[in-house]
Amino acid sequence: MSSAINAVLTRPIIAENPITMQILGICSSLAVTTSLNVAVVMCVALTVVTGFSNFFISLVRNYMPSSIRIIIQMAIISALVIAVDQLLQAFAYEISKQLSVFVGLIITNCIVMGRAEAFAMKNPPVISFMDGIGNGLGYSIILLLLATIRELFGSGSLFGMEILPLVANGGWYEPNGLMLIAPSAFFIIGFLIWIVRTKRTEQMEKSEFRMAAHTVQEAAH
Amino acid sequence: MEHYLSLLVRAIFVENMALQMFLGMCTFIAVSKKIETAVGLGIAVTAVQVITVPLNNLVYQYLLKAGALTWLGFPELDLSFLGFICYIGIIAAVVQVMEMFMDKYMHALYNALGVFLPLIAVNCAIMGGSLFMVERSYNFPESVVYGIGSGFGWALAIATMAGIREKLKYSDVPLGLRGMGITFITTGLMSLGFMSFSGLSL
Repeated sequence: MSSAINAVLTRPIIAENPITMQILGICSSLAVTTSLNVAVVMCVALTVVTGFSNFFISLVRNYMPSSIRIIIQMAIISALVIAVDQLLQAFAYEISKQLSVFVGLIITNCIVMGRAEAFAMKNPPVISFMDGIGNGLGYSIILLLLATIRELFGSGSLFGMEILPLVANGGWYEPNGLMLIAPSAFFIIGFLIWIVRTKRTEQMEKSEFRMAAHTVQEAAH
Repeated sequence: MEHYLSLLVRAIFVENMALQMFLGMCTFIAVSKKIETAVGLGIAVTAVQVITVPLNNLVYQYLLKAGALTWLGFPELDLSFLGFICYIGIIAAVVQVMEMFMDKYMHALYNALGVFLPLIAVNCAIMGGSLFMVERSYNFPESVVYGIGSGFGWALAIATMAGIREKLKYSDVPLGLRGMGITFITTGLMSLGFMSFSGLSL
């Protein structure tokens, strides 16, 4: 049992990462990654919501008529997100302002719904909880990586502390403005997928067309 | 009038839902393989957005906002914390009603869009539209314009993306980058293109 829990917890982190592998939940993972502080809070919020939504949905899974299960799942998830949002506003008001609508968008985050539907509906509560936490961590690892790259090269700092001394402050690093705007997030995630898939060739997608062999070369034979 | 036009242009180009705000990305990536399906989904998203954003605006103004229940005799009540659950409920309900209505009265359209409608209920762009409307405290006419603009902007982005991807599938992309990887990088380039609208104001 413990090894099953272990597997459920660790597999989604790299091998079946929800972002690079299943392309789920990237909406919010891109917009909140310009600073590491905000990204960490977002990660904690999403991991908590995914874990607990899996737990509660799994608890009631045998009492739900399947025709209205989506709406029940939605209600459970939104209640959890409301709780998280209220806690953030109470204890981390500045960061909750920076996260703006993206805490609310956890409700429509495909990871939460996806895990509820794919795992929590078929498994007992404890292991579902672990699956939720594992997927949350898989999401977090990508988010933190993205935020580290973007904050380090975009403003020369990590967690708001200066790592690369900026030219403006008498240092040597000229901040790369591209890192702070939207397109860089797409580029970084694209390259990240490239790296992951080069290492894990089983994740590569088959192309719809095969390149024809070079005709000149064939003629020479 | 100018104010609304400027809001519309901003919602479509400057603050494009998909390319600048990263909203609705999951469906954006998953359903942009063919132009026809992409356009169908785009129309469906626009239609839902045009209905839900103003509807949520009314709900917020007359039920949830601090002091909004004065007409019922509860002047101090602030229900704005119930926002999320109300908005998602309304979105899910509108999508469901639209599906039933189209099935009954516009069968051709239903056949074309039917499969996408359930997808839309969990599209971040729809929820995001309502949340941005509340955050920026738009009034009712503004929320109608914002709904049209943000929906159309998203539709424009996914239709263009599908066009690019239809051509892209004939190209020889490095193995690991095939599919998802190159799609993200293309989206990045499109987003870079849309940045050029950022100075635009009417």
